[in-house]
Amino acid sequence: MNDEGLLLSVRRALRDQLGNQPGINRRHFIKLAGFSGAGLVLAAASPAPLLAAQGADVAAANAATNVELNAFVEISTDGTITIYSANAEMGQGIKTALPMIIAEELGARWEDVRVVQSPIDEDRYGRQFAGGSTTVNRTFDQMRQMGASAREMFISAGSLVMEVPRTELKTEDSRVVHDSGRYMTFAQLATLAAKQEVPDPEALNFKDREDYRIIGSFKSGVDNLAITTGLALFGIDAQVPDMLFAAYQKCPAIGGKVVSANLDVIRKLPGVVDAFLVEGNGDPKALLDGVAIVGNTTHAVFSAKRQLEVVWDESAASKDSWTALSAEGRTLHGKRGPDLVIDKGDVADEFSNPDNTVLDAYYEYPFVAHLCMEPMNATADYRRGEPGQKDTVELWVPHQGPVRAYEPLRELFQLESDQVTLHQMRLGGSFGRRVYTEYICEVTEISRRVGKPVKLTWTREDDIHHDFFRVGGFQSVKAAVNPQGQLVAFEDHFIGMEQDGNPVMGSRFRVNEFPIENVASAYVSQTMLGIKTPCGPWRAPGSNTNAFVTQSFLAEVAHAARRDYVEFLLEILGERRWFEEGNIRSLNTGRAADVIRKAARESGWGRELPVGRGLGLAFYFCHAAHVAEVAEVSVDADRNLTIHKITAAVDVGPIINMSGALSQVKGSIVDGLSTAMLQKITMEDGRIEQSNFNNYPVLRIPQTPQVDVHFIQSDYEPTGLGEPALPPLAPAVGNAIFAANGERLRKMPFSEAGYTLV
Amino acid sequence: MPTYRLNVNDATQDVELTEDMPLLWALRDVLGLIGTKFGCGIAACGACTVLIDGVALRSCVVPVSAVVGKAVRTIEGLADNDNLHPLQQAWIEQDVAQCGYCQAGQIMSAAALLEANPTPSDTDIDAAMAGNYCRCGTYSRIRSAIHRAAGQSTAQYVNAAGERDA
Repeated sequence: MNDEGLLLSVRRALRDQLGNQPGINRRHFIKLAGFSGAGLVLAAASPAPLLAAQGADVAAANAATNVELNAFVEISTDGTITIYSANAEMGQGIKTALPMIIAEELGARWEDVRVVQSPIDEDRYGRQFAGGSTTVNRTFDQMRQMGASAREMFISAGSLVMEVPRTELKTEDSRVVHDSGRYMTFAQLATLAAKQEVPDPEALNFKDREDYRIIGSFKSGVDNLAITTGLALFGIDAQVPDMLFAAYQKCPAIGGKVVSANLDVIRKLPGVVDAFLVEGNGDPKALLDGVAIVGNTTHAVFSAKRQLEVVWDESAASKDSWTALSAEGRTLHGKRGPDLVIDKGDVADEFSNPDNTVLDAYYEYPFVAHLCMEPMNATADYRRGEPGQKDTVELWVPHQGPVRAYEPLRELFQLESDQVTLHQMRLGGSFGRRVYTEYICEVTEISRRVGKPVKLTWTREDDIHHDFFRVGGFQSVKAAVNPQGQLVAFEDHFIGMEQDGNPVMGSRFRVNEFPIENVASAYVSQTMLGIKTPCGPWRAPGSNTNAFVTQSFLAEVAHAARRDYVEFLLEILGERRWFEEGNIRSLNTGRAADVIRKAARESGWGRELPVGRGLGLAFYFCHAAHVAEVAEVSVDADRNLTIHKITAAVDVGPIINMSGALSQVKGSIVDGLSTAMLQKITMEDGRIEQSNFNNYPVLRIPQTPQVDVHFIQSDYEPTGLGEPALPPLAPAVGNAIFAANGERLRKMPFSEAGYTLV
Repeated sequence: MPTYRLNVNDATQDVELTEDMPLLWALRDVLGLIGTKFGCGIAACGACTVLIDGVALRSCVVPVSAVVGKAVRTIEGLADNDNLHPLQQAWIEQDVAQCGYCQAGQIMSAAALLEANPTPSDTDIDAAMAGNYCRCGTYSRIRSAIHRAAGQSTAQYVNAAGERDA
């Protein structure tokens, strides 16, 4: 909510939506939306119900004129500032944060800003993908440019009308203000500003940090009113006139081919319009074989799906077994792998030195699922071209980067990008899940076959069985400390997973993984086990498991050397230095030491605690972020675990939206705790054994700990926060459990060792 | 197909539905009320929570035949015309949502809680809200927003440095 007018119009729209009969209201809204230029843009970007809000808004503001200052900024003569958000919003907060950057440079009053999801058009908006915690950093300068460019156009307009030099003008609170205090509003100057020359981007100046009024403040998400009143936003909310509903059944063992199904029975079931076999291209990221059921409601097709009897050819399907994989991993404990990642110094010499203390251990972590609250879905309207015309498809997709659909749609359906219209819908969670496009390909095929618009919704069971999982794996680790208690050698045998000869996403140990760069002798080798289970990015891929192993094991080593873990870490980090000056993805030991010290100080590190209570710290560097977390826990004799508090210290440079930043850290900690304590996906004979919330646990509100977040807002460039607060959580909790009761946990989830979060 | 007289958000209408259809899909696919969300289909996640005669229930397992003669309230009907429900207002002020998908269900569960217990403690909130999952982990702000809507202090959500923390 950022505008009283918007609030009223949404309320009005809400009333309309409630008061009207279904079917009628949709057409009504589409008509409303067609009233003005801005409405047409919205119409292209939004499904009908979404227009309920925006259409009414447009109609209410119909008398006002909207002028464009650049691709991201429009000003209305009624004072409303429209800022386009070009990237996917999945809960990471950029739909609010990026417009805040524009508004800051523009000199806008935040309450005047209305944020609208832009159409998909990379020529106009730049790269339209969100992922890898990269968006804030990647677009910070672009957003500043858009805001500053529009600001300069307002100053030019103000200079003309007020007849004063540009140098005596500035913008603030949606006004152009003269040194004398005289001012004109953006609304008054809008039309003239739009006619001013667009400044050279190279010549633009940006605000100094100390002058920020919007950046760094606490702003509520721009979609909150729609979210809390139930307006359409998400992919699954898309509604297209005459739309049918679909379900899609794929082989429970990944990669199985469909032979036949009881289609005659299915087609006669209530509400079912059609059912048919789909021959895919064998690529889980594009289109796998399956059976499509199309009907009048989602309930009709979900019910029919339960009656399906399918004959699958599983000869080429996955036979993966977690039991077999974990048994194979254990046989490799203490051995080296065939692939060398790094060999520096002389680990053999350090391990054989009788004066050194040598420790080795074996760590394990399972596959986990994404379990987005909104199951995979998409809506397609495939239209066959008239004779001589090309086919087209219009798609409403909750996806991190919808343009990724162009390539598979070209391969599967010979649709060029100019035949495809994509609408970016809000994502009901993603965590890395919605980077593949198979659900988009599936719905396109189904709509093509039935010749009508179709909304495809996966059941929760489909969503878990056909996830692209966080890959599981194993690490055999070894370290040596000298008689002075200093870390002198570190070795890791990384046992990961591969497909078609390549490590799957997240299955790797980087050469700059901490503490490799900081220790004199290091040796990392790897073994890759072949799997067919699809894997993909899962919130801080690689980092979320490597942090658990390295930060738990280093704490083990510190304990063996009778060292305090904070002192031990600071000593390993050594002097303040940036390994690759200017590369934000390179470790900065000074920033690392600062967050470690901050987390230690704020958590009361080192104080005496009663028996059964302990503090555990972990530090991790990934996604250009330095993060340290301390867990304070109690454990009783039955391994009931109470988490009293998590203290986090985070350096991602300047914070854009304080509210969103706090949410990302706290959410990552809850997510990290859920994974560390509870979650495990297993598969046997290629079949995923978990299916829904009743057998795949997720952290609930009573188990949510108090989290204190401390940002160190250093002067480095701002970087993303969707992922990097997650990796340190598991080792911080594991280290705290060890401090509390002396038991070292080397396998996630901790529930398998008998721990219950209370 | 039988016809059912449904009372949703104070409006009564006759709708033809298959008798085993869960209320969730009648709301979403037939009535066009998409604010109520599908999450699991087995009453395990809470995303589809609505009020039936004031009681928070999972609409994904309640058949339409069971709500005839009862008052159904969904997130779309929580506001009193132009006035947002205090929970909706608090949810916006505390910026609870991340992805936002589960929040309609969270708010409906919270509405039933406040109806029964206008001044809930953290323990009361945890008990009432334990059936509503949030994958983004917004739980601490859900607590603070419920306290705020109940007119209770949210001072515990200000951190040691005096900064707003939720």
